[in-house]
Amino acid sequence: MSDASSGGQRRGLPPVATLILQRLGLSALLLIAVSLLIFVGIEALPGDFASTYLGQSATPQAIANITAELGLDRPIWTRYFEWLGGAVQGDFGTSWASGQDVSAQISRRLGNSLFLAAVAAVIAVPLAVGLGMLAVRYVDRLADRLINIVSLAAISLPEFFVGYLLILFFAVKFGVAPFPATVYDSMSLGERLGAIALPVATLVLVVIAHMMRMTRAAILSIMSSQYIETAELKGIGALRTIIHHAAPNAVAPIVNVVALNLAYLVVGVVVVEVVFVYPGMGQYMVDAVTVRDMPVVQACGLIFAAVYILLNMVADIVSILANPRLRHPR
Amino acid sequence: MRLRSIPPSAWIGMAGIALAFVAALFAPVLAPYGEREIVGAVWEPMGPEHWLGTDNLGRDLLSRLIFGAQTTLFVALAASILSFAIGICLSFVAAVTRGIVDQGLSRLNDLMMSIPTLIFALVVLAALPQKLWILILVMAILDSTRVFRLGRAVAVDIAVMDFVEAARLRGEGTIWIIFREILPNALSPLLAEFGLRFAFAVLFLSTLSFLGLGIQPPQADWGGMVKDNSDGIIFGVPAALIPGGAIAALAVCVNIVVDWLLHRTSSLKGGRDG
Repeated sequence: MSDASSGGQRRGLPPVATLILQRLGLSALLLIAVSLLIFVGIEALPGDFASTYLGQSATPQAIANITAELGLDRPIWTRYFEWLGGAVQGDFGTSWASGQDVSAQISRRLGNSLFLAAVAAVIAVPLAVGLGMLAVRYVDRLADRLINIVSLAAISLPEFFVGYLLILFFAVKFGVAPFPATVYDSMSLGERLGAIALPVATLVLVVIAHMMRMTRAAILSIMSSQYIETAELKGIGALRTIIHHAAPNAVAPIVNVVALNLAYLVVGVVVVEVVFVYPGMGQYMVDAVTVRDMPVVQACGLIFAAVYILLNMVADIVSILANPRLRHPR
Repeated sequence: MRLRSIPPSAWIGMAGIALAFVAALFAPVLAPYGEREIVGAVWEPMGPEHWLGTDNLGRDLLSRLIFGAQTTLFVALAASILSFAIGICLSFVAAVTRGIVDQGLSRLNDLMMSIPTLIFALVVLAALPQKLWILILVMAILDSTRVFRLGRAVAVDIAVMDFVEAARLRGEGTIWIIFREILPNALSPLLAEFGLRFAFAVLFLSTLSFLGLGIQPPQADWGGMVKDNSDGIIFGVPAALIPGGAIAALAVCVNIVVDWLLHRTSSLKGGRDG
């Protein structure tokens, strides 16, 4: 059906291009809607910032003072556009709790978080895809069942449980890995990698099971389709069947699986950073939430959501590009 | 259905879930000490006096674990039931009425799902006061987006079937169609989903409590107990791993049962795997 060799007349790439443009537009729209939700939606919630900010010591006079000081007495839409305008230029205002510049903190921590997630991804993606293929190769036999049960258990493990387990054994009992995972600017790449060994291991363990199960399901559904059966019946070897018929169709679902799990990784970073006291965005955000430091919370929320939306968009675009039916329009 | 056809793994899963619920229901009877009672030194090791040792304030860990089951299971169960009620009602309304209502609800759902759940929860909880019912409501609303997506997909398939059409022509109202025609037919896939949502709610609540934003001390809950005892890890005290292990074990048990339920329904429908 959708064999890559079936060619068809080429009339440029309009369908693919329009699909991609539509997807880009949708992401931009989503991003704006998310910024509205995070800023305007949050203010519409019951309970006002000034009294939660002050907590026990909220006298009417103090509330009025703090409202004026934080500029909360101005209309919401003015503040939203100011905030959005600043955010686009990389200015997220100042923290209520510390009075420091939010952007300066974020620019340092965002790099740390992305580094952590990227190293975890580099290890987890090939491993998960490989194991998923292994499970398909030995489907319903011992290796597959073993992988199935272990991964089912691994999905259910909370990040902090895995994290503390690793700390107890590798940092405390054997003393082979450092804890806490502190990094600072003057560290070399090798030192950095050593410092984040345990958080990376935690993230890999947590994300790999999901990715592997989804890879297995994606490949299995392709291997059970009719054109594979036809190829097998034609008598061409298993390897050629996989390279010429299965692989081109499997790229899209696998890339999709990978991108979805990378998006998950970005969120998984939050808990792992708190466990390992790692100076990243996640820890910054959690600290800000406990003291109700709204500018920091909103900035972090927007950035996390943006990265997540971006990765989902990349997943969709790659699967559009990898779809043989769209690449060779009739 | 014969009991013998249930695989041993599913029995283990059901036994684990039952154990957790028994612990939760009879906590005051089962627990050897009180929830907030200080009964020994800080981080005593496991022994005959305190089976699982004591925690960071010298409270009996086993008793805290049993009382924690009460809080964790109650909040997770309440949140998942509420999320199901919201998700199913809205998704069925969307599937039956279609048109602008469907469009509006679906796009709102897409928007909510485009923000990672944990991040969304952090932003919302930063603005709202710390109350138990607010926590349950936030968890339920955020989770209902997944139920909505599944519920709508299932209901749209059923809504075009002949018996629904017949009911419409008979002049039945929307409410009747939703509850008498669609709900009974959608129940089986949604039941497995309920198990998954419950497992997720347990993990999510524990994560929030671990981050200090869920259940507030001194009330015991499993995620909060991990947080309380986490300082002991660097001294080689494994107290934080016990409630963490309990969370993991409960989630594994629920997932095993759900996995079996899903396989059972797919083989009942004549799926290719036996």
